[in-house]
Parts: sequence; structure tokens; C-alpha cells
Amino acid sequence: MPSTLVEKYFRTEKLPQIWCPGCGHGIITRSIASAIDQSGLDKDKVCIVSGIGCSSRAPGYMDFNTLHTTHGRALAFATGIKLANPEIKVIVITGDGDATAIGGNHLIHACRRNIGITTIVYNNNIYGMTGGQYSPTTPKGDKGTTAPFGNIDKSFDICSLASAAGATYTARATAYHANLLTTLVKNALANDGFSLVEAVSACPTYYGRKNKKGNAVEMMEWQKNNAVNVAAASKMTQEQLEGKFLIGEFKNKPEPEYTSEYQKIIDKLAKGR
Amino acid sequence: MKKEPRLMQGNEACVEGAIAAGMRFYAGYPITPSTEIAELSAEKLPYVGGRFIQMEDEIAGMAATIGAALTGVKCMTATSGPGFSLKQENIGYAAIAEIPCVIVDVQRGGPSTGQPTCPSQGDVMQAKWGTHGDHPVIALTPSSVKETFDLTVRCFNLAEKYRMPVILLLDEVIGHMREKVQLPEASEIEIIDRKRPACSSEEYLPFKPEEDLVPPMADFGTGYRYHVTGLVHDETGFPSNSTKVADKLIRRLVDKIEMHKDDIIQWEEENTEDAEIIILSYGCVARAARTAMKALREKGVKVGLFRPITIWPFPEERVLELAGKVKSIIVAEMNLGQLVLEVERLCNNITKIDRVNKVSGEIIYPEEIAAKVEEVL
Ligand SMILES: Cc1ncc(C[n+]2csc(CCOP(=O)(O)OP(=O)(O)O)c2C)c(N)n1
Ligand code: SF4
Repeated sequence: MPSTLVEKYFRTEKLPQIWCPGCGHGIITRSIASAIDQSGLDKDKVCIVSGIGCSSRAPGYMDFNTLHTTHGRALAFATGIKLANPEIKVIVITGDGDATAIGGNHLIHACRRNIGITTIVYNNNIYGMTGGQYSPTTPKGDKGTTAPFGNIDKSFDICSLASAAGATYTARATAYHANLLTTLVKNALANDGFSLVEAVSACPTYYGRKNKKGNAVEMMEWQKNNAVNVAAASKMTQEQLEGKFLIGEFKNKPEPEYTSEYQKIIDKLAKGR
Repeated sequence: MKKEPRLMQGNEACVEGAIAAGMRFYAGYPITPSTEIAELSAEKLPYVGGRFIQMEDEIAGMAATIGAALTGVKCMTATSGPGFSLKQENIGYAAIAEIPCVIVDVQRGGPSTGQPTCPSQGDVMQAKWGTHGDHPVIALTPSSVKETFDLTVRCFNLAEKYRMPVILLLDEVIGHMREKVQLPEASEIEIIDRKRPACSSEEYLPFKPEEDLVPPMADFGTGYRYHVTGLVHDETGFPSNSTKVADKLIRRLVDKIEMHKDDIIQWEEENTEDAEIIILSYGCVARAARTAMKALREKGVKVGLFRPITIWPFPEERVLELAGKVKSIIVAEMNLGQLVLEVERLCNNITKIDRVNKVSGEIIYPEEIAAKVEEVL
């Protein structure tokens, strides 16, 4: 029996979803639905946009206005929706490859504009859908099918990238820290401008197997053991933080939102007539 | 009160036509020789409550255009060769997801950066085959400033009527040329809006076509929560792996145009009744062809002009009819022979087909066309 949350926000007739057993994407998707529920948003006024990838299949299962676009371009499609109808609450679901490789340009510019879009990046450190190639967030030295001898690229810190590019809300949680994730997505939804929440996922099928990270449960345990909350981290030494990653809120500094700024131009011109 | 005649550029007439047709959203990226379309849209749209955005590239311009169209707004983007190439993937998206929108391509010399400020007609085949896979295409091409206004309106109407991307192929000459035009009154302009669902949201099947093969389209945000994807999908809008569903969908998308060819196809002809030779040309070249024809007629040469206005779908039937009556069809175009391939495909065994081509970045002169006619005579 699906839970009431699932009944209310998912297209239950489309379930089960296509994801592998143990994939972190399902947990993240549920957290997003919880955050939407807790924010009290009207389903008819929410639009969820995605690109291409395992993660980008999520909107198809969700009972909102949903748009599954082309690889990397979700934010550009979403920008059109938001600017054309600012009353719509626009959420983007994207993968690490979708958002930061092919869609990297759209990501930095959406951040820069501070347009009212809430973006959740499902970061599994790999290209899942195409079978395990390295992505811009694959850690240096790790393997992918296109990095058989270890990846020599430096990886992106998505939250730092977004903060530097101008996003007014950035945060990170993991599939393991699902309740924190819900809270952060809820906070992100409350920001009028551009928000980005990085949700660390787990791809046991490709990233896990290629890099001997164990099964799905072991990958979750890794998230539990290596994530450090930003508040706690401030009291820790460099050595203690070695090999760890931060979770929590990194930036929450509201600034004027793009479509409201545009509306001001329209209103001013209408008055000047 | 009648509007005063005004001196304006083709690119400006395009924006005037778009706004008259109901455009309220523009997303694009500047590129010569289309930039004035972006600039004028930026200036004019907020006055009518519309919105303009300069995106980070042409891919994003096309994507934002599609996103906006889903909220129920009439949208346009404009570009030239290199940007037209970048837009192609998302033009295919608009075709399969049946999103009404208008793409203007002010053609310049290519390939690549080519000749940014020179006219060309090098994108005729790209307009048809630029995006991968079989898909419907409508592309219109004007040959005067006034016609640019009229055809821009028509592009919006066709996009709305058939729920698909429609391409306006300008060339640098028409885009930048200034002519005195008398714009029509709003009441004189036919405006078509997309069909919206008449049923309740519970009954709504977003990709179930009506008899005209076009499904009614609900605006995002109005209570019809549905799914849109670039994957092959069934009538519900959700992806399907069924070969039957794929075959049915792609055929319907293409048939949508086939079925309404008579409504869509548009051309102009002059002096074709008694013509022994027909010059077939479009865009700015048709102007040179008309001058050549007039001069030759004065000398008693029986020459006529056929000007396709819809390049795609091509006015096949009429060209075939004419081919049966003439000694030769001369296709004059600013490329190394693109639309002529279509004429050859249709008329190869019926009449002789000759070509006048130029890719130097210079326009084709009337004398060059006239010389070809005299050579063929
Ligand atoms: C233009 C284009 N290039 C490449 C692809 C192939 N492709 C599909 S999904 C994908 C990677 C997805 O990775 P990510 O965004 O990290 O999502 P995940 O599948 O890991 O959730 C690629 C390369 C495509 N669909 N379109
Ligand atoms: S391939 Fe990886 S990311 Fe994709 S569904 Fe399977 S586990 Fe999840």
C-alpha cells in the first residue's frame, strides 16, 4: 500500500520506477515530495522540470506539471516557464552530469540571474543512465567506464560553484540524511530567488561496483560516516575533516529575484503611458 | 485612423508582425544578421506586458522558448547560421512534444562562422533536416519587408494551429533591407490561437489527436497536470517502449502536415501562363529574378517566375503541373544547389532543370539570371 505522501504526490499508476534496487534517487525524490507537502504548495501551480539521466526520470512519477527535456537543458527550459508565468513554482531535478557537464553553462547563468527556480542535483558521482562513465563530480582517481585507469580530472564542488555564481541559497544533504534533505529543500523552496540543493545519491550499479564501494547499504553507511554538518565542521581541525564532506546550509542570502525585477520594468512602462 | 506608411527593415517588420500575431515572449542570443530582432523585442515586449530574455546561448534560447510556450504564451526566438545549428536538438524536441513556437533564421554565409554580414540561402536543407529523426517541418520565406510582416504573423498562426515549431527563413538582404511599408490595422490581421482542451482535467489526454491530427494543448499551471517528454510517448504523454506507439506517433507528426498541405502551402507566380522557361527562386533572389523576367519579357522572351513562399512543405503539385508545360525550370539560389534538389526529384524526367548558384556572399544579379535564360533558350 503506498503511503499517503506517495498517494498524494505520485502518479502511482506509473510505479514501480525504472531505478535499480538500492539506487539513492528514490529516497531523494521522496524527500522532495515531503518538502513540497510541508511547504503547502498547490500541485497545479508547481512545475517540475528535468533533463536526461536516471535522476531526470523522477518527474515522470510525480503528479505535477512535469517536463522531461533534453540532456543538460532543464534549467533553460525552466527559465522560460518561470519568466513567462512567475506564479508557477518551478523545481528542477537534474543529475551531476546533466547539471554540471553538458548543462554547466545554464547552471551558472541561472545562478547569476537569481531566477526563482529550486534546483535539486542528484549527485551520484557518475553517469548512471549511460552505464558508468565519469562525470565532473567523479572524485580524482576513481574509476568509470571511460576512466579505466582512474580519473585524472579534478571534480567540482557543486555547492561552491553555485554559491560563487550567484545562487542565493545553497545546501547539501545525502540520501542517508533524508530528513535533513527534506528540511533543506523546504528552505530552498522558501527562497524567492535561485536555490540549489545538492543531494548526494548512490549508484551501486555503476559507481559502487566500479569503485568497490560495496552494496547499497554499505554506500549509505559511507554517507552516514563521512558527512559532517557545517556547524560541527567549524569546530573541527583540518586533520579531522580529511576525507569528509560537508552537509547542511552553505548560503542563505536572499536578493531581488529576476522575474520580479522584470515585472518592475513592465509596471514602470505601463505607468509612463 | 489608418497607420502611416513607415520605412523599416525586414528584421523590424518581423518583430512588428510577431507582436501583432500575439508574441509575448522572446528568448535568444544575439547574432548578425538577426540581432535587430532581439534588440527590438527587448524594447517592445515589456510595453505589451510581454517578456524578453537574453539567454547564455542559442541552445538555451530555444529551450526557454519552448518552456514559455508550455505556459500558454506565444513565443519566438531568432538567430542565424551558427545559432540555427545550435538550436537543432531542441527544435526536434518541439517537434516531438508538439510545442507551438516560431524560429527565425536570418541566413548568412556558412559553413561555420562563414560570412557573418553576407546574404546566403544555405540553410534551406538544414531547415528541413537539421534535427535528427523524421519530423514535420514548416518553413516560410519572404522576399520583401512587407511580406516579412505578413509571413511572421502566418508563422505564429501555423505554429498554433498545428502545434509545432515553424521556421521563418529570412536572408541577410531581406533582414536588413529597408522598404516603405503600410502595416495593416489589428482588425485586418487574422489571428489563430492553439486549441485548448474542452474536457475536464480528469478526462484530458494531452497527446490524443482530434480529427485534424492535432491534440488540444493545456497551459501549464491551469490544473491539467500532465507530462511532457522528448521520448516517444503515448496519448497520455508518458514514455513508451512499444514499437507500435513509436510508429504511430512519428507517422502522425509527419501526417499532420501532409493532411493539411493545401492549407499550408503558399506560392506566387507571374507570367507562367505562356512561359517557355520558368525561373524558380525565393527570398531576395526572387527580386532579381523578377527584374530579369521583366527585361526579358520586353525582348519578347516567354519567361515566367515561380516563387515558393512555403519552402517546406514544397509546392510540389503546382511545380509538377508547370514542369509539364515548359522547356526548362531554372532554379536560382544563393547556395550550391539545395532547393533545386527538390525540383529535380519531382521533375527530372519531365523538363530540363538548370541552375544559377552563388556562394560568394554577393547577391545574384538580374543579369546573371537573364544570361542563363538566354543560354537555355
Ligand atoms: C545531447 C546528449 N548527449 C548525450 C546523451 C547521453 N546521456 C544520457 S544521460 C547521460 C548522463 C546522465 O548522467 P547524470 O546527469 O549524472 O544522471 P544519472 O543518470 O547519473 O542520474 C548521458 C551522457 C544525451 N541523452 N543527449
Ligand atoms: S544506474 Fe545507478 S543511478 Fe541509474 S538507476 Fe541504477 S543505481 Fe540509480
